Parts: sequence; structure tokens; C-alpha cells
Amino acid sequence: MSKAKGKLEVIEKYCKGCSICVEFCPTKVLAMDAFTVKVANPDACIACMQCELRCPDFAIKVEKIA
Amino acid sequence: MAYDYEKSIRPGKLPHIWCPGCGHGIIMKGLIRAMDSCELDLKNTAVVSGIGCASRLPGYLDACTLHTAHGRAAAFATGVKMAKPEMTVLVVGGDGDGTAIGGNHFIHACRRNIDITYIVMNNNIYGMTGGQFSPCTPTGAMASTTPYGNPDPTFDISKLAIGAGATFVARGTAFHATQIDKLIAEGIRHKGTAVIEILDDCPTTYGRRNKFRSVVDMMKRLKDIAVPVAAAAKMTPEQLEGKVLTGVLYKEERPEYTEQYAQVIAKAQGA
Ligand SMILES: Cc1ncc(C[n+]2csc(CCOP(=O)(O)OP(=O)(O)O)c2C)c(N)n1
Ligand code: SF4
Ligand code: SF4
Ligand code: SF4
Repeated sequence: MSKAKGKLEVIEKYCKGCSICVEFCPTKVLAMDAFTVKVANPDACIACMQCELRCPDFAIKVEKIA
Repeated sequence: MAYDYEKSIRPGKLPHIWCPGCGHGIIMKGLIRAMDSCELDLKNTAVVSGIGCASRLPGYLDACTLHTAHGRAAAFATGVKMAKPEMTVLVVGGDGDGTAIGGNHFIHACRRNIDITYIVMNNNIYGMTGGQFSPCTPTGAMASTTPYGNPDPTFDISKLAIGAGATFVARGTAFHATQIDKLIAEGIRHKGTAVIEILDDCPTTYGRRNKFRSVVDMMKRLKDIAVPVAAAAKMTPEQLEGKVLTGVLYKEERPEYTEQYAQVIAKAQGA
């Protein structure tokens, strides 16, 4: 069984740097860069959607690619 | 597929005004998913609010929205539903708006069992005006108006709604994002007054006064205190100390108000 993978898009002008997405990502894909989130480890994304669901600012989108 | 929220949002309205980490945005996403899953026609859906940070929500939605006076959302929503019973009527607002200044309207909407779905975004504080205590501020907590700790007992909004006669009552949290839309959707489908209490966070005026070091700490608290009703049934009172039940708390079928009122109209017209 191949693992699901995700492709992330961060809408920087919406991100307010709360770090909710960083903290609750199960595979530590995301990191804070000053006050904006950055995708630090894109290959580890398993497309669980937790970050997209919990971002209060509509700033992160996950596309399932596998 | 990334979820398409923006189709339900008025163009150019994002970013919204809420502070970093404010749970109101998470709840708004849940509400949009719920409206989608109920296949609501936004042209036939009224979203009504009073005043407060939470009450700013309808302004973002591309539905029929009504931003009214502080505490009066339930009264305006009742008016909309009476005038247009075929419309879906939703109310959103904070714990202050709904249970302090608006407590009266809130309980009477519940009592009548009018078919509206009322989403209370309970962040335990008056966020917009700088953190005065609300009836939902925990006893002992710090607020701008309780510098020695809040001496007041606290309203349990869900219990209040059940006691007042709401026929569908559910509770979720801003942390448990996937549950939010399911509870709201069930409330929308229910015929009668549905109250969905979502435990929320206000990092700006509550968190910083109450020793939460960050938004993440506030989210972790929501994660820790929530116990689904089914799990709670197997727990002892000691284990439930400090916990809050989540899920569908109450459900009952009872005649709905606009249908009852239609009979009054028919009688008055001599039918
Ligand atoms: C009649 C009236 N009284 C007081 C206010 C001031 N006021 C505005 S918002 C608010 C409280 C909002 O708190 P809540 O409903 O809990 O929402 P939050 O801001 O926390 O999301 C108050 C007291 C007002 N606008 N109108
Ligand atoms: S989708 Fe899941 S794994 Fe991927 S970045 Fe978001 S939280 Fe992390
Ligand atoms: S949850 Fe959203 S607003 Fe918060 S840091 Fe992540 S992308 Fe930015
Ligand atoms: S003051 Fe509190 S409730 Fe208002 S937007 Fe900021 S965090 Fe949210």
C-alpha cells in the first residue's frame, strides 16, 4: 500500500503566524519562519489535512497527490 | 482536493480581522463545510449575528447576512424565520452576546423551538471590548474586570439551552475541527431550535491573562478537556473532573414554532 502524499500551498498574505499548523502536524512538515509558516519538509506530508482544517486564517491548502 | 472555502466567502474579504490563532476562523470553516454538506442555497440562507468578534462572521459569508444589535441576534433571527419560514436561518455569536446581554432572547428562542440553528462561539470572555468577564468566564479566572479572579459561577451554555427547551444541543471545540461541521450540519437538519456550542479560544484577551503562553497551549487545553459523550458514560466522576462533554448532548422531537404559528394564522383567517 502506497502512503498518501500531499502538496502544500501557503497563502502568505493570509498567514498570521499562529503556529497551530506547525504544532499539530503529525510528521513535522511545517516550521515557523519569523511570523510566517514555511514548508520545511515537504516530502514528509501525508495529506492528513490537519493543518488545512485547523488554520484559522484560510492560509494553507493541501492537495492530495498520491 | 484542498477544500474550496472561498466560493462561500465574499470576494476580497480575506484576510479576516480576527487575531492570530483566534478560533473563530476555525469555526467559520466548519460552518462553511456544514452548509455545503446540507447543500444549502446561500440565497435562501440567512446568517444572523449580534455584536462582538464572533458576530463579525456573517460579514464574510456570501449568504443573506444580518449583523444586528448586541445580544439581539436570536430576536432578529426569530423575525426572519417568522416572515420567511422557508428560509434556513442560522445564528452565530459569542458567549457574551448570546448569554449575557442576549440571554433573554436566547432562552426564549429555545423555549419556542423555532427552527433556527444557533452556533455559540464560547471563548469565555468579551473579546472585542478588551476582555471583560462574561457569564461563561470560569470561576477564579482573570479578566480585565476581575483583577482578583472571577468570583462568579459559570453558565453551562448547553445545559442552559436544554433547560430552556432547545430540541437539539451539541458541543464541540475549535480544536476538534472535523467534528464542528458534523454537529452544525446535524443541527441544521434538525427541525426546531438547535444550539451548537463550540468551545473556542481568545488568545488576545483571555489567554494572556490566564497563563496560557501561546495559542498552541489554548488549543492543547481544548484537546485535553473534551470527552465524547460515549466515552464519558464509562468514566467515574473523579475521571470526569475538569472535563467537558462533547458530541450530541440532547435531541428531542417537539412541534416547531412557525408550523404552530401557521395554525394560528389559519384559525384567525377562519379556515
Ligand atoms: C448595547 C451594547 N452594549 C455593549 C456593547 C459593547 N460590546 C461590543 S462586543 C461586546 C462583547 C462581545 O463578546 P462576545 O459576544 O463573547 O464575543 P467575542 O468578542 O468574544 O467574540 C460588548 C460588551 C455594545 N456594542 N452594545
Ligand atoms: S497535511 Fe498533515 S502531514 Fe501534511 S503538512 Fe498538513 S498536517 Fe502535516
Ligand atoms: S495555522 Fe494558518 S495562520 Fe497559523 S501559522 Fe499555520 S498557516 Fe499561518
Ligand atoms: S480579541 Fe479575542 S475573540 Fe476577538 S479576534 Fe482577537 S482573539 Fe478573537
